Amino acid sequence: AANASVDYPEVAVTHQKSAPVAAADAPAPQDEADAPVRLAEAHQARTTASDASHITVPTTMPEVSTEAGRFGLGRAALPEEVAAWNHDIMPDGSNLPVGSGDVWTGDEVFAEHCASCHGDFAEGRDNWPKLAGGQGTLADKDPLKTVGSYWPYLSTTFDYIRRSMPFGNAQSLSDDDVYAITAYILYSNDLVDDDFVLSNETFMDVEMPNAEGFIVDDRETTEAHFWAEPCMENCKGSVEITMRASVLDVTPDEGEDTATSEETGPPVEEQAAAPQAEPVQQAAAEEAAPEAQAGASIDMALAAEGEGVFKKCKSCHQVGDGAKNRTGPMLNGVVGATIGQVEGFKYSNDMAALGEAGRSWTAEDLNAFLEKPKDFLKKTKMSFAGLRKEEDRLAVIEYLKTFQ
Amino acid sequence: GPDPLITEKQDWATGLGDGVDATPYGLPIKYEDDVVRRNVPWLTADPISSINFTPIHALDGTITPQGCAFERHHSGAIELKKEDYRLMINGLVDTPLVFSYADLERFPRENRVYFCECAANTGMEWAGAQLNGAQFTHGMIHNMEYTGIPLRTLLEEAGLAAAGDLKDKWVYVEGADASSNGRSIPMDKALDDVLVAFKANGEALRKEHGYPVRLVVPGWEGNMWVKWLRRIEVTEAAVESREETSKYTDTLADGTSRKWTWVMDAKSVVTSPSPQSPIRHGKGPLVITGLAWSGRGAITRVDVSKDGGKTWETARLAQEGQNKALTRFYLDTTWDGEDMLLQSRAMDETGYVQPTKHQLREVRGENSVYHNNCIQTWHVKPNGEAENVEVS
Repeated sequence: AANASVDYPEVAVTHQKSAPVAAADAPAPQDEADAPVRLAEAHQARTTASDASHITVPTTMPEVSTEAGRFGLGRAALPEEVAAWNHDIMPDGSNLPVGSGDVWTGDEVFAEHCASCHGDFAEGRDNWPKLAGGQGTLADKDPLKTVGSYWPYLSTTFDYIRRSMPFGNAQSLSDDDVYAITAYILYSNDLVDDDFVLSNETFMDVEMPNAEGFIVDDRETTEAHFWAEPCMENCKGSVEITMRASVLDVTPDEGEDTATSEETGPPVEEQAAAPQAEPVQQAAAEEAAPEAQAGASIDMALAAEGEGVFKKCKSCHQVGDGAKNRTGPMLNGVVGATIGQVEGFKYSNDMAALGEAGRSWTAEDLNAFLEKPKDFLKKTKMSFAGLRKEEDRLAVIEYLKTFQ
Repeated sequence: GPDPLITEKQDWATGLGDGVDATPYGLPIKYEDDVVRRNVPWLTADPISSINFTPIHALDGTITPQGCAFERHHSGAIELKKEDYRLMINGLVDTPLVFSYADLERFPRENRVYFCECAANTGMEWAGAQLNGAQFTHGMIHNMEYTGIPLRTLLEEAGLAAAGDLKDKWVYVEGADASSNGRSIPMDKALDDVLVAFKANGEALRKEHGYPVRLVVPGWEGNMWVKWLRRIEVTEAAVESREETSKYTDTLADGTSRKWTWVMDAKSVVTSPSPQSPIRHGKGPLVITGLAWSGRGAITRVDVSKDGGKTWETARLAQEGQNKALTRFYLDTTWDGEDMLLQSRAMDETGYVQPTKHQLREVRGENSVYHNNCIQTWHVKPNGEAENVEVS
């Protein structure tokens, strides 16, 4: 317990003195000797609360061992290994790959890979992030933070799309596609014209509206009055309750064991900001159940739930009258049909091979495929990450059964 | 009359229980199955990129069991074998290096207890009292004993001479998952107390906490504690990644935003009684307990108020406060059965005092989302039930 509160200074120097170092030699006694010094500093900070001496980050740089490779562990990273992982783009555009993409190409690529979550016009669907709009709202009650209204550097957008998007199929886009998508997001935010071509050469020409909108953490000064001896008695006159959580009633139901669950319902719209997004709008479940076509074997209530779940699939798959192949094949009659046989859709070779081997979409296979498409078939073209909840998968399969 | 639990022979006193190995790795007994992580489904679009909450209302002591320690994923919790694990150090170093997991086990290692708090903890409460339970208002936190290698040891192994003057240099860290969650850390912090950890509470990290290796950035916001750590790059400047610009920045009332707000301010909460942990025993002896922590160092004092902040009593710390770790406090008191407006207020070794929500709003407005360390109020009613409220 003694060294649990010890900060971590100067260990390298200690090692240098006692080299060669065996694992058992680490934390050297010097660690403990330093502890009182740190505490003394802390005490001093307490008595001079109005200045910045309570800063957490050490103001002096710890000394560093100059003896590299002391342990001789690890191996040199090969240049191609560093290149494979070192993707970060700096705000000044350094490390950008050579490439380009225009707004209209971006429109197409975005529709194919991004619109299912972010909306056709980058306006966001359900709780997924909105990428466009919101300029001038940052001082409003509920600011809309998008690439256009909030993000200070374009490098962040390019870097993030290239490393992490599309969700569930990261690093699948070409650099040119990433340029094109980025160009389309800029266009959606009215930041470039429709003939704009984004490339490693035009990248730094783009001006981000909120580039000057950030200040470095200033709590040590603007909140210096929080460092003050607190009141213990007669600190207030009267105390009134001004707000109750039960009014909003958005706490998840925990069952009878707690005092929280009298009335449950969907969250109201005017509640406080959530860390990531707005509350879900509960439109899906209320929509009318699909028409029964296959008779009594279909659980229509479950199918109605499935229609809500199917919203996640809609950007790539169509069902019903006039359904056509889009990013994914149309899905009329898919339950029970031979795998990979919808006319006019180009399946991956492996998916087509399953059908040629005579395999069909049983409910079990569909369930497994929808849970984790790439576990079911490594080379499926479906980039969707999967439906984690069994109940969602069963509901969507039931919904698909209504289109026989 | 006499208690039949005492006077009658019980099955458990006459028959036999389970043999050893009934559960090769044990879970809590079924009677505790309500003590679990929970999420708030409406918060996020998809549980793959979401957060859940530690059941702090039902725990005691300070160490969080891994199995109920909150999770936050940006692209889901991945399965990465030790054999497939690689850690790269590159950028402004003398020799870019690659370590295997087995390599890491050969460096001198340390044991340290630290809290990890999400910057968004209590974030849903900025504009008003919203979620009814300490788990939901304050459960984006856990506290574990980490076993790991000081980051400075690994940086020194690669050699920092190539970086020149270290004062303005940065370290960019990223994970192996699809989000990679890259974050920039100033070099002085990287050389101070950051750990590259591979054990928590004595056992391997759980998948959901970054198995096999995560970063531990003591006192700083949880998003920087990169899981499935795969790369450390010494850079000239901050990368300004998505998670340090579009997220985890604090928008003030005038629309400007603070960035690089890494340190988690001193904070505390009464975990019991609380909405999920009501008083069931009526008036008489009552243990009021809670947790306090500070990203600036050790907790030195916690005060508790039963009247919404008019008067305060200093609580008993279960142990002396530890550097950047959770501290448990108790107020052993007598309840008269009347309404209470319960609050707790933490102080740390720098003299910082946990502010009220009103004080925070005066400086920051209501749109900050992150870093809400305000004093929390529970209204405990005569029936023993408690509710999350705001007071004047």
